[in-house]
Amino acid sequence: MSTRVFGEPIRRLEDPRLLKGKALFVDDVDFPDLLHVAFVRSSFAHGKIRSVDVDAARARDGVVAVMTAEDLGDYWSPGPLLVPPPPIKDIEFNNRTQVPLAKGKVRHVGEPVAIIVAESRYLAEDARDDVFVDIEPLDPAVDLEASAAADAPKVHDDLASNVAARVRQDKGDYEKAKAAAAHVVSGRFFYDHGASAPMENRGIVARWDDRSDRLTVWDTTQAPIPLRSGLAGLLGLAEAQVRVVAPFIGGGFGPKIMMFYPDEVLIPWLALKLGRPVKWIEDREESFFSTTQERSQIHHAEMAIDEEGRILGVKDHFLHDTGAYAPYGLTVPINSQCTLLGCYRVPAYSSSFEAIYTNLPIVTPFRGAGRQHGVFVMERLLDLAAAKLGIDPVGIRRRNVLTPEEFPHKHGLIYQDFTELEYDSGNYPEALEKAATEIGFATFRSNEQPQMRADGRLVGIGLVTYVEGTGIGPYEGARVTLESDGTVNVATGVGTQGQGHFTSFAQVVAEQLGVEVAKVRVTTGDTDQFHWGTGTFASRGAVVAGNACHAAALEVRRKILDLASQQFEAAVEDLELLDGEVRVKGVPDRAMTLGELAVLANPMRGAVIPGTEPGLESSRYFGPDRGTTASGVHAMIVEVDPATFEVEIKRYVVVHDCGIVINPLILEGQIVGGVAQGIGNAFYEKLAFDEDGQLLNASFMDYLLPTSTDVPKIESHHIETPSPLNPLGVKGAGEAGAIPVGALFAQAIEDALRPLVPDLTIAEIPLSPDRLFELVHGTGSDENSGGGSQ
Amino acid sequence: MKPCSFEYVKAESLEHALAVLVEHGDEAKILAGGQSLVPAMNFRLAQPAVLVDLNGVGALSGIERVDGMVQVGAMTRQRSAERSSVLSAHVPLVTETMPFIAHAQIRNRGTFGGSIAHADPSAELPAISVALSATLQVTSSRGSRSIAASDFYVDLLTTALEADEILVRVDLPIAVPGSGFAFAEVSRRHGDYALVGVAASVQCDASGVCQQARVSLLSVGPGPVLSTSCAAALIGERPTTRTIADAAAATASDDIDPEGDIHASARFRRHLARVLVERTLTRAFARAAVSAGAAEQA
Amino acid sequence: MNGRARRGSAESRHLLSDFLRHELGLTGTHVGCEHGVCGACTVLINGEAVRSCLVFAVQCEGAEVTTVEGLAAEDGELHPLQEAFQAAHALQCGFCTPGFLMSLLPFLEERRDSGALTDDEIRDALGGNLCRCTGYQNIVEAVRLAHTKMSGGAGNSAGNSVGTSTGNSAGTCAAEGA
Repeated sequence: MSTRVFGEPIRRLEDPRLLKGKALFVDDVDFPDLLHVAFVRSSFAHGKIRSVDVDAARARDGVVAVMTAEDLGDYWSPGPLLVPPPPIKDIEFNNRTQVPLAKGKVRHVGEPVAIIVAESRYLAEDARDDVFVDIEPLDPAVDLEASAAADAPKVHDDLASNVAARVRQDKGDYEKAKAAAAHVVSGRFFYDHGASAPMENRGIVARWDDRSDRLTVWDTTQAPIPLRSGLAGLLGLAEAQVRVVAPFIGGGFGPKIMMFYPDEVLIPWLALKLGRPVKWIEDREESFFSTTQERSQIHHAEMAIDEEGRILGVKDHFLHDTGAYAPYGLTVPINSQCTLLGCYRVPAYSSSFEAIYTNLPIVTPFRGAGRQHGVFVMERLLDLAAAKLGIDPVGIRRRNVLTPEEFPHKHGLIYQDFTELEYDSGNYPEALEKAATEIGFATFRSNEQPQMRADGRLVGIGLVTYVEGTGIGPYEGARVTLESDGTVNVATGVGTQGQGHFTSFAQVVAEQLGVEVAKVRVTTGDTDQFHWGTGTFASRGAVVAGNACHAAALEVRRKILDLASQQFEAAVEDLELLDGEVRVKGVPDRAMTLGELAVLANPMRGAVIPGTEPGLESSRYFGPDRGTTASGVHAMIVEVDPATFEVEIKRYVVVHDCGIVINPLILEGQIVGGVAQGIGNAFYEKLAFDEDGQLLNASFMDYLLPTSTDVPKIESHHIETPSPLNPLGVKGAGEAGAIPVGALFAQAIEDALRPLVPDLTIAEIPLSPDRLFELVHGTGSDENSGGGSQ
Repeated sequence: MKPCSFEYVKAESLEHALAVLVEHGDEAKILAGGQSLVPAMNFRLAQPAVLVDLNGVGALSGIERVDGMVQVGAMTRQRSAERSSVLSAHVPLVTETMPFIAHAQIRNRGTFGGSIAHADPSAELPAISVALSATLQVTSSRGSRSIAASDFYVDLLTTALEADEILVRVDLPIAVPGSGFAFAEVSRRHGDYALVGVAASVQCDASGVCQQARVSLLSVGPGPVLSTSCAAALIGERPTTRTIADAAAATASDDIDPEGDIHASARFRRHLARVLVERTLTRAFARAAVSAGAAEQA
Repeated sequence: MNGRARRGSAESRHLLSDFLRHELGLTGTHVGCEHGVCGACTVLINGEAVRSCLVFAVQCEGAEVTTVEGLAAEDGELHPLQEAFQAAHALQCGFCTPGFLMSLLPFLEERRDSGALTDDEIRDALGGNLCRCTGYQNIVEAVRLAHTKMSGGAGNSAGNSVGTSTGNSAGTCAAEGA
């Protein structure tokens, strides 16, 4: 048989357990003496806490403990800043991070004020209703532009304003470029975003074991190792005393990377304090407040172009809503700032932003992590430029995309990974032409669309491009161990939330060791299995942990060959690894199973040569110089019902390039799933806060995740431009699908509505039938117009 | 999201359930399919002290044709109504509407009567009960009475039912020759509560003159709204594209008082009402013409 | 419960989903929203797919309840529907999957003898279950594939995005358990 497994569409090894309902998720962890938690949360966006009366709750049968901020004593402290500001000249950053329980003041609806521990979740919720929180409401900072104003209510009283950060990055001389331009197009662009809403909410179970003197924590985190190290520090334990397990996780998409959510600080502490295991499982309603989100940016941007539609420069200033705290630093707005440049040659760029504290839940990365905001602005500017010059969306992009000869391409900005933004490789013209051909852009415009318009149908086409900085550092590691039964064990520090790591990492390792994929057993997300690592974020699992697996597998391969070379008294070059055996090439009976070799590598007494390490095992690490840049093009044909403004996606084409593909089945799943989330973001999902900072749609009835009837068949195509930045040549793919969808919706729907409104510019996301009706018929006036801010 | 404590009473019979209601008054709530009540309890928006579960009372389920009526037991699962050949033959508006109600998993449990008694202004069954001139049979330990659907919906989530009464059966007049019907709604996603929905039930005589035009709208007021404009504009007339469009416009401007929310402004709802009334009436009259033609041939 | 009598005690207010998971230890049924929208907790009660978060456990006394644990054969062999999900890569995080499987089971049983399923029919059948990972496309493929398998290979043929098998692949992954 062939053992070529890398690059093959191999079925996932983890599926049978999931399909049988046997995979362990955090809420499945149970103990006979388990205690359950409910949080008392603020019902105001902004207010002074006058008092918290917990007496009735404490007196209720079945309640074990009720704690407020005061009860935490010295343990109360603001959380850590996860990502410090990057080394950008003259950066201003006013760091404020979340607290375990609100003290003195509440800063967003749903901020925890007290924690209740009881014999059951039902009882804990009963006791929650017993607690009386007396809050003196303060004017909240909700609207982004209003919150940025000097006279806005201050989220953090000790800061001069609500400005969390001011960042400016320049490349070339935009004003000079503008002076030489044939045209300048500009606009105000508003891009909202929503909740990541993984199907599994967050949760945590902690158990202290007196006999082993250790704490075990099961957490839905994307970053088990940093959580372990942080918890040890917080609780005064040695790292070796803390085991964090991130078992099967029901989707993450970013917010599960956030660390030291209040619950993560409190549950392990309570388990220690109370001497009983404690569980908190976030429910769907509270998830809209207790899990971080992504939200608004407002951009004022302009683009200078020459007569032929070539970009001379771009200028952008934007406000970024960071919510009540900024524990994740500036990752989201810096992604927006850097990703805006997209696939294009932009000689001059002047970009500045202000991150603004508001009395809304915390903002941290969610799939795309601000990249879609930047892509939206750039693509919309290009569309405005195209309209000005009377060329089509493909034409304007064709004139501006970087060509393969221009790589590596330095942009001269500092990216979220603290390095200079430099694209490693890509083939943007090929992707552009492929997408235009696959969607049939030219014939749709020349034949189909005019005919359909003549029949009164509103049909439109769109095509947009994007890049995604992926696979950033610092590093990940992996340990590969060949066991005596021939099984290959792989352990890595990243957590997994459905990306298929159990299979793709197995493929990487199996490829080097010449074993069946099914012989490779992968463990992720258990700090007892691997000690070092960062986590799953920034589309980096396959790139960083994948290359660590590869490096460790190569080293084990070398050890196997060295040992076999001694055993067979043959040169390493004359050996091959195939079908779970090491063989002397061309001599079939000179073979040994890897298991047998593993036994030999664990010497018996008297057989040890001093200085040798036992085992066919290796731990290796991979830390890239910088992130690798994936890219792609999306194109879509839509039809808008002229009476009801319902939108139907007639076709959706993706051309994606994420370098060398490990498993095309898994990759396609990532892309299609990303597009579905992008569609949600573009047309269905909106966190609707009112002017008081109250969320009007904290349920799945009103926060609309796309269903099977809302997501069309996605036609996906891939091109492979290897990354020169890692041995496998891979780039990340996790977030890509979601990034350009908003820009695509705006362009295609604008095109569809053109017969009704010839000069329509859509400058906002998300859209909805209601909003399209307004764009066509004006806002008009009717009593009781819709709620929701901005 | 766990419900508060309550006392659970599994009703052995209708009489048993009625007795429990008498005993507990306002404290008690009927548990039918629970597909609206249980979510409300999980959010702790509803905190009934006593739940009287009717799911064990077999006599309250079933679909039967009796004289000029199809009688639907209040505890009949919505899914059964959807699949009922009696309803599809005689009250086809019901069959056409059922798939719009949430999703199959909800209809498997949700009941025909439960939705009507809950009287959500965005629900489909209250609206079609009005369009169809259903008669609602209610019972209490004091006796039984019939309530016309158009008198049943009093206000937001409020019906003419007294605290001790139970809706036991919904009587739906069977479609006569010359009648036509249609249902349509616009929702953000399939299965969501409608932004606006319209149920139309019309009847024409052999010459094509409209005898009846009952158009009932959902999600545009505190309960289902019966269009008086449609009846006024169309009865006695031969429906044309023009008269239908005028009736739809009059309905949207005069008969409804929609509110705006995060999904649709009041103005968009008015617009959708006009569009959907026009669409449903057009389809209903076309069907009425076919039905009248078929009757004539027979 | 999955063909066997099970006893347990519940307060009147205990949701069936909680009872299954925490009283009977059947943790394959997942809880995603507790208000009847996401469908992750879907189980069969007397053969019909329902949301177990919208039913009280006490209401199920004497009822026949089937959960995802009841799908595979005793020897662990996957049900054709489960097999189809793996073959078509119809799951990523797998959290919503049990709900999809339980919703689809009666649908596919009912359509066992019908001809090829259309995309619209399949997507409509999936409409009551939310998935945040897959974008549904591969689930649609899996349903088509399962329909073919369950109708004894008659009906329509499967789509093309089906992975190659690597022989015995059961139980080889690891996410450390409790």
